[in-house]
Amino acid sequence: MFAYILKRLIYAIPIALSVTVVSFILVYLAPGDPLSAIAPADAPEEVIIALRSAYGLDQPVPVQYGLWLMRAVQGDLGLSIATGREVTSEVMRAVGNTLLLAGFAALIGVIAGCLFGALAGYRHGSWIDRIATALSVIGVSIPHYWLGLVLTILFSIWRPWFPAMGAGPGGSSEWLWDLEHFRYLVLPAVTLSVIPMGIITRTVRALVADMLGQEFVSALRARGLSGVAVFRHVAKNTAPTVLAVAGLQIGYLMGGSILVETVFAWPGTGFLLNTAIFQRDIPLLQGTILVLCMFFVVLNLLVDILQPMIDPRMGRA
Amino acid sequence: MNTPSQASPAPERGGRPQPLLVVRDLKKHFPVRDSGFGGPRKFVHAVDGVNFSVPKGKTLGIVGESGCGKSTTARLVARLMPADAGSLIFDGEGVAEFRGLHLKEFRRKLQMVFQDSFASLNPRLTIAETVAYGPRVHGTPAAKAMQQARELLDRVGLDAANFANRYPHELSGGQRQRVNIARALAYDPQLVILDEAVAALDKSVQAQVLNLLQELKAERGLTYLFISHDLHVVHYLSDYVMVMYLGQVIETGPVERIYGHTAHPYTRALLSAVPSMDPARRTEASPLAGDPPNPINPPSGCRFRDRCPRAHAVCADRAPELAAIHGAPEHFAACHLNDTASGHPDAGQEFSA
Amino acid sequence: MSATLPLPSPVAVSAAQPSRSYWAVVWRQLRRDPMALAAGGVLLLIIAAAVFAPWLAPADPYKASMIKRLLPIGSSGFLLGTDELGRDLLTRLMYGGRLSLLMGVVPVLAAFGIGTAIGLFAGYVGGKVNMVIMRVLDVFYAFPSVLLAVAISGALGPGLSNSLIALTLVFVPQVVRVAESVTIQVRQLDYIEAARMSGASAFSIIRVHVLGNVLGPVFVYATGLLSVSMILASGLSFLGLGVKPPEPEWGLMLNTLRSAIYSNPWVAALPGLLIFVTSIAFNLLADSVRSAMDIRR
Repeated sequence: MFAYILKRLIYAIPIALSVTVVSFILVYLAPGDPLSAIAPADAPEEVIIALRSAYGLDQPVPVQYGLWLMRAVQGDLGLSIATGREVTSEVMRAVGNTLLLAGFAALIGVIAGCLFGALAGYRHGSWIDRIATALSVIGVSIPHYWLGLVLTILFSIWRPWFPAMGAGPGGSSEWLWDLEHFRYLVLPAVTLSVIPMGIITRTVRALVADMLGQEFVSALRARGLSGVAVFRHVAKNTAPTVLAVAGLQIGYLMGGSILVETVFAWPGTGFLLNTAIFQRDIPLLQGTILVLCMFFVVLNLLVDILQPMIDPRMGRA
Repeated sequence: MNTPSQASPAPERGGRPQPLLVVRDLKKHFPVRDSGFGGPRKFVHAVDGVNFSVPKGKTLGIVGESGCGKSTTARLVARLMPADAGSLIFDGEGVAEFRGLHLKEFRRKLQMVFQDSFASLNPRLTIAETVAYGPRVHGTPAAKAMQQARELLDRVGLDAANFANRYPHELSGGQRQRVNIARALAYDPQLVILDEAVAALDKSVQAQVLNLLQELKAERGLTYLFISHDLHVVHYLSDYVMVMYLGQVIETGPVERIYGHTAHPYTRALLSAVPSMDPARRTEASPLAGDPPNPINPPSGCRFRDRCPRAHAVCADRAPELAAIHGAPEHFAACHLNDTASGHPDAGQEFSA
Repeated sequence: MSATLPLPSPVAVSAAQPSRSYWAVVWRQLRRDPMALAAGGVLLLIIAAAVFAPWLAPADPYKASMIKRLLPIGSSGFLLGTDELGRDLLTRLMYGGRLSLLMGVVPVLAAFGIGTAIGLFAGYVGGKVNMVIMRVLDVFYAFPSVLLAVAISGALGPGLSNSLIALTLVFVPQVVRVAESVTIQVRQLDYIEAARMSGASAFSIIRVHVLGNVLGPVFVYATGLLSVSMILASGLSFLGLGVKPPEPEWGLMLNTLRSAIYSNPWVAALPGLLIFVTSIAFNLLADSVRSAMDIRR
C-alpha cells in the first residue's frame, strides 16, 4: 500500500511540473506585447525598457520560467499588472469562493445523482428509470450557463426568492456562514450541480443494475437477507466508483465554474480568469490557471490513493 | 525426425526425408515487470534452448500444458517475434538473416492458422477479401486474387457462391477455421503452423476440419507444425510428437513410440490424464498434481522433479540431457531413468509398463 | 472428400439474404431506432434552417432599429421578437446556427482526424515512442477541459479561428487516448499477426486491417464529443472569447441579450434553448450510434 502511494506521488511530480510549463507557455501564445496592457502606446523607449526589466521580461524565456517557478513554489505569483496587488492573495481568495461553490454543487450532484441512479437501477426499465435517464441526459447536455439564466429568470425575477448576483449582500465578496450569504449560493450551486448529477446518475444506475443482476445478490436474497442488507452490500460495492467519479467532478467543476460564475457574478476563480483575460493581466492569468490545475492534479492524486483504500475488492487482494 | 544437438548416429534406413525446418537452440526470455522499486530484473524463460526438425511432408505435433512455451515456439518460428538466441534453417537456408524481400518470401512459404477463428479474421473484410489479401500483397492482380480465393474457399468446403461475400460474424466457428485454412493456402506455403487450430471447435466439427487438413496435406505436399494440448488430436494427425515442459523439450519421437513406449514420467502423466477411448485401458494412475512451477524460478536440476512421482536426489543435482533411447533411433527423452549411469536408483528398469 | 462432409449448419447464412458490411448494418440499425430518427430529424431541421437561412429568414440579420428594440415573442412582423438592437430574433437564430454548428462540429472533426492519426501511430508503433506521446498528452489531462479551452482561447485572444484551435486542442488528447487504446487491443488480435505473416508493409496492415477496426470506437467517442463541443463553443462566445459582434452566434446572442432578462426574459433565453436542443439531439444521436455499433465488434 505504501509503495503504491509513493509510486502515485512520484508519478504526480512530472505531471505537476509539466502543468507549470504549460501554464507558463500559454501566455507566450498570446499575440502582442504583454506590456501593452500597462504601458501607454506612446510611452518613451526608456519607460518600456524599465518596465520590461521590472517584470523580468528582458530575460530569455527559460530563465523567466525558472525564476517564475522558483517564486511560485515559495507562494509568490507576482503582482497583478492591472491592480498591482499580489496575485497569490487574489487567487487564494477566489479559490476559496470557487471551492465553496464547487463543493456545494458536487454535494447536491452526488446526493441527487445517487438517489436517482439508485432508484433507476433498482427499478430498471420502469418509469422512474426512464425519468432518471432523461434527467441524466439533460444534465450532461444542458449548457449550464443557460440553465443559470433560466433559473435566474424563474427564481430571481419571476419569483424573487434568491438573489441573482454576487456572493453576499451589498456586493461583498467576503463569505460568511449565515442564512443571508447562503441564499446567494443556492442558484449558482444548483446550476453547477446538474453536470455531476447527470454523470453520477448514469454511473450509479449502471452499477446498481449490474450489481442486482449478479448472482451473489440473488444468493444474498435467497439466503433471506432483508432489503436493507442487500442495499448495504450494493452501497459498499458502488461507493468506490462513485467516490472516484465525484472526486474528479469537483476538479472539473472548479474548472467548469468559470461560465456559471460569470452568469452569477460569483467572485471566484472563473470571474478572476475572465478579468485577467480581458485586461490581459498575464501574471494573474498564469497564477489562476496554475493554482486551479494544481488543485486538479492533487484531487486526481487523492482519488487515485483513496479509491483502492475503500474498495473491498482491493482490500482482499 | 528429431536430431538434437549431439547428432545421433542413428542409421537412416530407407533414406529419411530431408528436413524442411531445422530449429537449433531456440531461446526466448520475457522480462517480467517488477512491482517494486529497483531489484534485479527477472525473466521468464518461455523457450529455453529448443531443438527440433520437421521432415518434408510430415507433421510434427507439439504438446504440453499451457505456458510450456509451445505457442511461443510457434511464433518464434513464424518470426512474429524475434528470438533471443538460436537459428532456424528453412528448406536449407538460414532464416535469421532474412530481411526485406527475403523475409517477405519466407513469410509466403510459412503460414499459420490460429486458435481463435474469430480473432484471426478481420471483421471488416469479407472472407474472400481476407483470403485474397496475401496474394495481393505478393503482387497478384486483384481480380485474379479474388478468383483464386473463391476456388480455395470451394476447396476447403465453403461454397464460394454463397460464402465469398460473407463477413466473419455470419459464419460458424468451423466455417471460420476453414476460411483461415484457405487464407494460409492462398500463399501456396510449404509449412503450415497450426497453433491450437482445432482446439476451440466442437468435437464433430473438429473431426471434419482434421480430415480436411489431412487431405490438403496429401494433396499439396504440405508440412505441418501442429501445436495442441489435446493428445487425441495430436495422435490422429502427427507423424512425430514433441513434448515440452517449462520451455524445454523433454521427450520427442515418432508418434507410435511416444504413445506406446513413453520414456518420460511427464509424458506418461499427460497420457494417463487423458480419458482413454478404450475403457479397458483406463488407468488408475494419478494425473498430474498441482500447477507447473513458476517459470521465473524453475527448480534446479530436472524441472519436472517437483511433480514427478519418481523423483530422486540426483534429479535435483543435475538436469537430464535429451538423449536417445536405447534401441529406438528416433526417440529421445530427458530423464535420468533412461540412463543407467545417471545414479538414479530406478534407472534402466523397463519404463513403460 | 470435404465435399462429402456435411457442413455444420450455418448460423445466419442463407443464399436469399444478402451479406452486409459492418457500416451497412450500423446504418440499418440506426434507421430503425426511433430515438436516432427523432434526434436526427431535429438536427436536420436546425442544420437546414442554418444552411438555407438566406432564403428562409424573414429579415436581414444585421439590420438594427432603435425603435423596435426587445419586442416580445409574437410581435407583428417579428415572430420571435427582436433583440437588444431591434434585429429580428428569428432571423438571427437561423443565421446563428451557421456559426454555432460550425464551432461545435469543426473542432470534433479536426480532433477526430488528428487524434486518430496520432493514436494509430502511437498504438501501432508501441514501446518508447508510444510512452512519450502518451505521457505528453497526460499533461493535457491535468487541465479540466473547460479551463483548458478558456485558457487557450484566452491566451490566443478572442476570435472564431482561435476558438476553433482551442477546442481542437482540448479534444485531440481525448481522441488520441481512445484511438491508442483501441489500436493496442486490435494490434494484439490474431488477424494482425496473420496479416504480418503475409509480409505486408506496416502501412498496408494499418490501412487494411487496423484502421477499419479502430475507426468504429473512435467514431462513437467523437459523436459523443459533439454535444460537449457545442456547449463549450457557445460558452466561449458567451464569455466573449469566440465570435465577435455583430455576427449572429447563439452563445454570443445569449451574452448580449442578458441585459434583457428583466424586461423580456423569454426572448433572452431563446438562443440558449437552441444550444440545449442541439446539444441534446447530438447526445441522443451519439447514444444511438453507440448502441447501433455495438454489434459483434
